[in-house]
Amino acid sequence: MTVQTEQMPKSLAGLPGRLLSLDRAAVLRWLRRRLAAIVPPLVMLVLLLGLWELLCRGGHAPLPPPSQVIHDTWDLISDPFFDNGGTDKGLFWQIAASLTRVAQGFLISAVVGISLGVLIGQSSLAFRGLDPIFQVLRTVPPLAWLPLSLAAFQAATPSAIFVIAITSVWPIILNTAVGIRNIPQDYRNVARVLRLSGPEFFFKIMLPASVPFMFTGLRIGIGLSWLAIVAAEMLIGGVGIGFFIWDAWNSSLISEIIVALIAVGIVGYILDRLIGALGDLVAGNVKS
Amino acid sequence: MSSYLSIEQVGVSFDTERGPYVALRDVNLKVARGEYISIIGHSGCGKSTLLNLVAGLLRTTTGAILLEDREVSEPGPERAVVFQNHSLLPWLSVYDNVKLAVDKVHGKTRSRAERRDWVLHNLALVGMSHAIERKPGEISGGMKQRVGIARALSMEPKVLLLDEPFGALDALTRAQLQDKVMEIQTRLGNTVIMITHDVDEAVLLSDRIVMMTNGPAATIGEILTVDLPRPRNRLTLADNPTYVKARAAVMEFLYARHAINKVEAA
Repeated sequence: MTVQTEQMPKSLAGLPGRLLSLDRAAVLRWLRRRLAAIVPPLVMLVLLLGLWELLCRGGHAPLPPPSQVIHDTWDLISDPFFDNGGTDKGLFWQIAASLTRVAQGFLISAVVGISLGVLIGQSSLAFRGLDPIFQVLRTVPPLAWLPLSLAAFQAATPSAIFVIAITSVWPIILNTAVGIRNIPQDYRNVARVLRLSGPEFFFKIMLPASVPFMFTGLRIGIGLSWLAIVAAEMLIGGVGIGFFIWDAWNSSLISEIIVALIAVGIVGYILDRLIGALGDLVAGNVKS
Repeated sequence: MSSYLSIEQVGVSFDTERGPYVALRDVNLKVARGEYISIIGHSGCGKSTLLNLVAGLLRTTTGAILLEDREVSEPGPERAVVFQNHSLLPWLSVYDNVKLAVDKVHGKTRSRAERRDWVLHNLALVGMSHAIERKPGEISGGMKQRVGIARALSMEPKVLLLDEPFGALDALTRAQLQDKVMEIQTRLGNTVIMITHDVDEAVLLSDRIVMMTNGPAATIGEILTVDLPRPRNRLTLADNPTYVKARAAVMEFLYARHAINKVEAA
């Protein structure tokens, strides 16, 4: 007993110190990992901006240097929320308008793409009939669809939405089909032994088994939608980041174009990451 | 004579580009209720084909399979299969994997609480009560196979079909699981057909061992009755004369009389 009471406080006294040192080491490790991820891209960014500045300084270059860009567009960068009516709106509203179109078109292509993907993944007859057609259609560039859809819809916004849907639908169809075809025969056998009905099989086995593939398709699809919307908006006009860029070009506001391009890139990156994260979240439940 | 499960003059051929390929021919086997049958043979002898026929996953080309005098024409839970690589659904927990089967098979006849108890009961039977909320990806191969067995048992099958259930497991886990299956079979009196390529496993577990000749056009070469009392103990059986003799007979069949011709196999 006496030995114990003497030892207990001693060991307890050492504990907080040990915990603290352990914590500090862990924090340092975490910090080092973070820095290792952040520092190299930052260094490269500074180098590239420096090069750009160097090349375009002096007023003779056709494009403005970064310092000039920031000086010219400070109003635009500092207040993305202004709204002067018409198409004269802040970057936030321009991007929001584009995103709304993308959301509508992408939703249509997700629903249609997954349905068609399930169809050609499940039925080899449908696959043989439709796959060659899809393979040809998917190589048609997004903008090539625009005149046709303008002719069909007679209005700008539905045409843009259609272009987005038709551009992003192919990878969704094809990846979903691959996912369905890759469902292990074992799962199908389990379903047959249990005599699962068609809908039961669809919801309990087919859907969860092919979800990772669907998200691969959705991720490629959202990237393509974003590519397509900027190009389509240049032609259809109205509020939207694409027309904003075209408008800036017509007014020779090169600095505004550069700022808009950066915004387009960042939004595209965020969209890609969002779908990726959603896919990881869903697919995390499906690992065997 | 009528029997519980009867395989009558069964043959299977597949259409290939080079004409029909006969996988099985003239297979005849009668299985009594509560019997433990092993089917053993070299790879490619059609033993898995035979099991799939009984399961209903494949159709016979000639002949018929009767279970309690009714012809087997499609898969169903009264012929539950434990698949070689467990085939649990990886997005469902251990509990939900068994629950899927229980809900489907007993959904109309038992209440929700009864079904829950039945899932837990079957998981307890295979010793998996401690991990019911885990996903298949988080448990070992032996544990997955236990869950596969629990899922099959929960369907209360008339015949339990085991397709090389211990093939992918390490020796220690395999022995453990064989003992578990023997214990469960003794307790519940299931009728079992098991595919195996392991001679010791066949002798230890079976009442009768069905030995297949090599394909193509494979058939039953010989049937050996293993006359050992149950419960069987792998340690004391090791130098039991009946066990040794049965083992030698199977070895002789597989490696002397029906050894795979190396040129043909390549």
